[in-house]
Amino acid sequence: MSPRKRAKKIASISDLQTLIAQQKGRRQMETRTVIAVSSGTCGQARGSLRLIEAFKKGLRQDGLQEKVTLKATGCHGFCEAEPNVIIYPQGIFYQKLEPKHVPAILSRTVLNGEIIPEFLYVDPVTGEKPVKEEEIPFYKKQLRLVLGANPLLDPTSLDDYFSIGGYESLLRVLSSLTPEEVIENIIKSGLRGRGGAGFPTGKKWEFARKQKSDWKYIICNADEGDPGAYMDRSLLEGNPHRVIEGMIIGAYAIGAREGYVYVRDEYPLAVAHVTQAINQAREVGLLGENILGTNFSFDLHIAKGAGAFVCGEETALIASIEGRVGEPRQRPPFPAVSGLWGKPTVINNVETWGNVPLIIEKGADWFASIGTNGSKGTKIFSLVGKINNTGLVEVPMGITLREIIFDIGGGIPAGRKFKAVQTGGPSGGCLPEKLIDLPIDYESLTQAGSIMGSGGMIVMDDRTCMVDVARYFLNFLRDESCGKCISCREGTQRLWELVTDITEGKGTMEQLAVLEELAVAVKEASLCGLGQTAPNPVLSTLRYFRDEYEAHIKDKRCPAGVCKALIHYSIIASKCTGCLACLRVCPQGAITGELKKVHVLDESKCIKCGACFEACQFNAILIE
Amino acid sequence: MEIDLTPAQEIISRFKGQKKALIPILQEIQEVYNYLPEPALRLVSKSLNLPLIDVVGVATFYRAFSLQPRGRHVVTVCLGTACHVRGGPKVLEEFERQLGIKAGETTPDQQFSLETVNCLGCCAIGPVVVVDGNYHAQTSIRKVSKILKPLHKEKP
Repeated sequence: MSPRKRAKKIASISDLQTLIAQQKGRRQMETRTVIAVSSGTCGQARGSLRLIEAFKKGLRQDGLQEKVTLKATGCHGFCEAEPNVIIYPQGIFYQKLEPKHVPAILSRTVLNGEIIPEFLYVDPVTGEKPVKEEEIPFYKKQLRLVLGANPLLDPTSLDDYFSIGGYESLLRVLSSLTPEEVIENIIKSGLRGRGGAGFPTGKKWEFARKQKSDWKYIICNADEGDPGAYMDRSLLEGNPHRVIEGMIIGAYAIGAREGYVYVRDEYPLAVAHVTQAINQAREVGLLGENILGTNFSFDLHIAKGAGAFVCGEETALIASIEGRVGEPRQRPPFPAVSGLWGKPTVINNVETWGNVPLIIEKGADWFASIGTNGSKGTKIFSLVGKINNTGLVEVPMGITLREIIFDIGGGIPAGRKFKAVQTGGPSGGCLPEKLIDLPIDYESLTQAGSIMGSGGMIVMDDRTCMVDVARYFLNFLRDESCGKCISCREGTQRLWELVTDITEGKGTMEQLAVLEELAVAVKEASLCGLGQTAPNPVLSTLRYFRDEYEAHIKDKRCPAGVCKALIHYSIIASKCTGCLACLRVCPQGAITGELKKVHVLDESKCIKCGACFEACQFNAILIE
Repeated sequence: MEIDLTPAQEIISRFKGQKKALIPILQEIQEVYNYLPEPALRLVSKSLNLPLIDVVGVATFYRAFSLQPRGRHVVTVCLGTACHVRGGPKVLEEFERQLGIKAGETTPDQQFSLETVNCLGCCAIGPVVVVDGNYHAQTSIRKVSKILKPLHKEKP
């Protein structure tokens, strides 16, 4: 936290230069130990706030306030290891901490420089205990260009952002680049939209730049609706000024006077941090009239979403900011020509804006040297589901699925078998094991029947039913379809009914044919991206996992043991130790037995809730 | 029960009665009243000079708005993809069983509302349940009663 209050505006470009230099110097001269507590939403859910309180108390008791800076930072990305801290300057990474661990950390590590092995990450494969963040396999193969600053920053402090060279790119832009030169840089870098479709960002800007209009807008799309994706939340929570800096540069390039950050209502911490950051930027004159004494003026507002997935679609998002129902409209005209209130508007995703300062700082050629032919730079993926190292992973485009899932992700938990990975949210698809060596970029994923989307990567093992996954996404989409066009509104509903029939053992092979035909029709006839991609989960699972559909239809069997109508619970007598655990948790009284005697499950009473399976320590509950 | 519309009026005035502010106005009204009472919607319609059907259209289109009073405690179960594959639906069923209501309903004593959300972006620590703004990580069927217990105890 900054000790001083600064309400004073930064009057000129050279004043900003001085200020950044001061703050960078402060960071370089830092002699204090810094304890950075990962405290994004996930960290808080795992108890980071209690940990911070314990550190505060400990620092007071030990009289260490002058020697140690405690920092509540955004997410460090390794969510599996929450709550974790990184202790600088050494970079010691301690994981899964509780308040009771704090005194030891202060007395042994902070005061005596000792490493405490119990708090280190343990590699499940080798048993090794790497000390530093960069030595942990989860981080080793990553290239954290966009997210990497999170552990260094107090996201509520503008000075902290200055101290890592924040707003230097804006400084360079305002002092030495014309808007056209900025756009040229972005085009040359090869940056493509990180929200899903992968449209070349520079081209979009150029398009909007050329429009003659008295007023233009830019929008940051932070309506991260894809279930399973949360990189935008993490960036907005952990480094909001970086996104704002990208937006100011974008506004300068296209000539926009006003902008919006459209952020999901479901992300309260991101809303709070980005609101505060905008206010700070306005207070010092990085936003508003005549920014840094130049004749460039631009201001930024927050628009909070109200829980509608379709508002991630750009025309629906615009309707929502205008205060209307979030229904998409026909394009063209594209928003770059006629967007918010009919004015030329550029909409980019959070991660896209976050890449902009980087390209200005390090150069378009440098950026273009990372990645594949058609996809440049890095992409952040959220690696979740049935995977050992869950978290946010930032990697160069072109890395293979195998490297992400096994080298970084550490493989599948509990010795189970990898089955598929779902990418691209409800618009994406499921990729099977045979595509594990696929290099990831926009084109390769599309060819494989999925999409990049916003970067959700949900790993599935042999206990995940692919028909159930298709049903899950269809349920999501029929619920979120705005209802404007019939092929999407009725189509997703009928697709869901067909797949539900199959999961309930009522499906026929004829229905399977109808399912495929209808899926193609919905794809071709829908107005916006939601409907056009809605059948992808069905089509991709049919493409790669047709045998599972057929098992549900022909054998009335769910091979993964998920679909309720087709599964039965029983107790394996040879494994049951008679411990009463399942009996106690069964809400139906369906399990009977005595201590140390094999229990019996009465199937007529069983509601297949799964409580016994969860409670049994001996794998004695059989689902088939 | 008579509904005091003074706070709603204040919110509308703060946004200067602008049509484009309809969504933030409804959001703030819901924050005050815990739902969108019909008289408040009528007031918004009149003050913003918008047809009531457009106001109700927006209020019913967006998932975050509720036209029914919600319970004292709001339990939100995440059903995002990552929570789904880790057993979120089973956790939801357990809440439904223990509270005796379905998702989207409120208990007759107005103590609990059970809601679902399509993703909270805490996918790494799923299945996630949020109770009155507090996040519970890696929930399971067995944790449901532990989550509800302290809330049952509280005296209204």
